[in-house]
Amino acid sequence: MSLAALPLLDQAVLVLAAMALFSAFALLAQSRLLAAIHVFAWQGLLVAAVAALMGAASGDVNLYVSAAITLALKVLLIPWMLHRLLRRLALERQADPLAHPALTLLAAAAIVVFADWVAAPVAQFEHSATRNVIAISLAVVLLGLLMMVVRRQALAQVLGFMAMENGLLLAAVASTHGMPLVVELGVAFDVLVAMVLFGVFFLQIKDSIDSLDVDRLSQLSASIEQDEEPEPRP
Amino acid sequence: MDRFLSLAAALLQPLLLLAAAPLLAGLVRRIKARLQNRRGAPLLTPYRDLRKLFGKEAVVARTASPLFRAAPYVVFAATLLAAAALPVFSTVLPGARIADAIALIGLLGLARFMLVLAGLDAGTPFGGMGAAREMLVTSFAEPALLLVIFTLAMTTHTTNLAGMADATLGGTTVLRPSYLFALAALLMVGVAECGRIPVDNPATHLELTMIHEGMLLEYSGRHLALMDWAAQLKLLLFAMLTVDLFLPWGLATRADPLALLLALPLLALKLALLAALLAVSETVLAKMRVFRVPGYLTLAFLLALLGLLSHVILEAAL
Repeated sequence: MSLAALPLLDQAVLVLAAMALFSAFALLAQSRLLAAIHVFAWQGLLVAAVAALMGAASGDVNLYVSAAITLALKVLLIPWMLHRLLRRLALERQADPLAHPALTLLAAAAIVVFADWVAAPVAQFEHSATRNVIAISLAVVLLGLLMMVVRRQALAQVLGFMAMENGLLLAAVASTHGMPLVVELGVAFDVLVAMVLFGVFFLQIKDSIDSLDVDRLSQLSASIEQDEEPEPRP
Repeated sequence: MDRFLSLAAALLQPLLLLAAAPLLAGLVRRIKARLQNRRGAPLLTPYRDLRKLFGKEAVVARTASPLFRAAPYVVFAATLLAAAALPVFSTVLPGARIADAIALIGLLGLARFMLVLAGLDAGTPFGGMGAAREMLVTSFAEPALLLVIFTLAMTTHTTNLAGMADATLGGTTVLRPSYLFALAALLMVGVAECGRIPVDNPATHLELTMIHEGMLLEYSGRHLALMDWAAQLKLLLFAMLTVDLFLPWGLATRADPLALLLALPLLALKLALLAALLAVSETVLAKMRVFRVPGYLTLAFLLALLGLLSHVILEAAL
């Protein structure tokens, strides 16, 4: 079956999924925290649009509900909370550049190839027209994981975590027409509660080491003090 | 009769591109001026500039070698040859068989190589600086451009430009994610290759960040005219490449006079739209620092790579 034989709605789902993959790359490469939050909101919007389109294609009301939940949580509420947190921590202008940008992007491209290879046998047994989205969503999940590994800022790591959840939702929506509504609601509130907890954590970390750079958590507090205030020479 | 017509059209194509190139540059300048609340120069100013330069004496630096004199002709000829391969009216003309995308990139590479050598030749610091920066831009832009071509070649199973346009025209309209990425990458690379904002500023040679103008500082008279004309032709070439690869609707697929005539106004409309897009983007964007350019071009490369991957994942294995 060629791409041209698919209905237009399914083609649009494929395009949106590809754009979600691009947004995962953009999130990974974006060094400014404020811009990264905006990219995350766009990614949520893309996933919500995929859910709504799948709903239109299959006539399943559940999918509209999950699109609405995604829109409310991932596009509006969580970015707003992160935004407020950023202002409260005075990190709006903070940039967290990658240590090795070229290497990270190469690793990200390799991850996409790996995701395709892993998902190939799964996709063979599926009958849905948009089964290839499984590979894309697996790549989005792994890219979120990579982001948590390579970023030092705690806030950027949280964005990576949330992006992983976006990938899971994409897989569920595009390949199996959505999870049961109970599971969906549970996951959504889990993410929300996680967000609140992260917020509290950030304030605690900021209080104790005066930065959100998690690399500094591995140092003893005495050595941090030494770093910042060298002892006056006698 | 049919044979004569198609031969005439094939010979007419490069001449038409050559004649239209200054007009496109003038149009971009004019739209940009209007967007900035200026009246702007008349559309025909680039033609007058060229005529003026051709009438002037060419001064060559004492330190320059014969290569410096030869470079404008090689650059102009290579760019014209690359432009001659592009399908303008129709995909079935006799010239279509040599319209290979990889050969086209090679010809542009030859032109750029000569331009860089000429920039170094006179031995001025600005020439050397411009040459070094041109090579920096190229080493990132060329792989991205090749990846764009490969992405399209995977769908159309050919690297012939006319064949690619034919394949897009022949099939039903399909939303392809890979084409979307490839289009974005081609536009970004085209901006960098033609030395437009945000990579280089074509309007001035008073900036320390100049790239293309830096290499031309020593040129005057007919040499400068040829170099300028080649640069305008290159801008038109990239616009035509975008039209041929992504918006070929309106190209004649038969050598029939009516279809050939109809193709022309539609093409002019598409080119004018692209010129307007370029003018708007040049107005809203600021020129970036030279050291930011690799980052910009890495994004273009990444887009092209994602196009390739999304073809493999989403389209090929269906």
